[in-house]
Amino acid sequence: MTDMALIGMASVITAGLTVAIGSITNALGQSRALAQALQSMAQQPDESNSITRTLFVGLAMVESTAIYCFVISLILIFANPFWGSVAGG
Amino acid sequence: MTLSPDEIVYFTLGPLKVSATLVFTWVTMAVLVLLSWLVTRNLRVSGAVSGPQHLAEAVVEFLVDEIEGTMQFDARPYLPFVGTLFLFIAMSNVLSIFPGFQQPVGSLTTTAALALAVFLAVPAFGIARVGLGRYLKSYLEPTPFMLPFTILGEVTRTLALAVRLFGNIMSGTVIAAILLSIAPLFFPVIMQLFGLLIGVLQAYIFAVLAMVYIASAASESDRRIEGRGGQEAARPLIEGGTE
Repeated sequence: MTDMALIGMASVITAGLTVAIGSITNALGQSRALAQALQSMAQQPDESNSITRTLFVGLAMVESTAIYCFVISLILIFANPFWGSVAGG
Repeated sequence: MTLSPDEIVYFTLGPLKVSATLVFTWVTMAVLVLLSWLVTRNLRVSGAVSGPQHLAEAVVEFLVDEIEGTMQFDARPYLPFVGTLFLFIAMSNVLSIFPGFQQPVGSLTTTAALALAVFLAVPAFGIARVGLGRYLKSYLEPTPFMLPFTILGEVTRTLALAVRLFGNIMSGTVIAAILLSIAPLFFPVIMQLFGLLIGVLQAYIFAVLAMVYIASAASESDRRIEGRGGQEAARPLIEGGTE
């Protein structure tokens, strides 16, 4: 197997795994936050404004880990830094 | 498939490449300026208020409410900065419903520039509100040992701000492009709609995070004096978060 095929295979598999694991764990975390927020809103409907605002900010922060995974997998597929060393450019 | 509008270069002026990012940033700015000019041309405070003025007032009121709700300060000094961030990102996303419009915020350069603006605005607003000495002292607040982590947090949250916006918008574009090649008939429309929602939500989140960072810099010293009021209830989660 040539170097190029090896790098390509490793990149694609890793990219898939990165997105899979990143999105699974992230979805679990986000759904816990959402469930807790819904429960709080059901208990204290008056506070739903501030709960929603905090929820959005919190979700955005949790989500950024999944976004990092996504960006890394895109780098692996479209802008792989190791291509240059075997493909000569 | 192009990942970023940076790759589309229309022409070069010496060392300056005029890419699609730049052009569509100008388009977004022009649309915003033109709309604001049209709306604010003849404002009136009494009598029949025109529809566009109602819309503009609703937008400004929404921004003021959000800023005062999130920051617990008077919104006036922060409205121009935060409002510009929100309106620019939201408008650039909404304009993407027009075919051929490349979203400028789908490029890491634009989001990095916006995040850098927040990075610089945080100490600026903080110093303007609490003074240079008290602002610098806030870096040593819990203990001086935390100083490296505080500085690291400032940098990483700026990076996170840029990559989050870029990743969200760009993923929407990429998924739409992939779907277009697999199932071109109906599904891309749904994903575009979803992308529109995500884009406006991300604009909101970007603005709220900018507010939270500014508020945490500007209120660092006041908090001790005020003690724990009811308004602090929502804070700790947000303030501690630097990723």
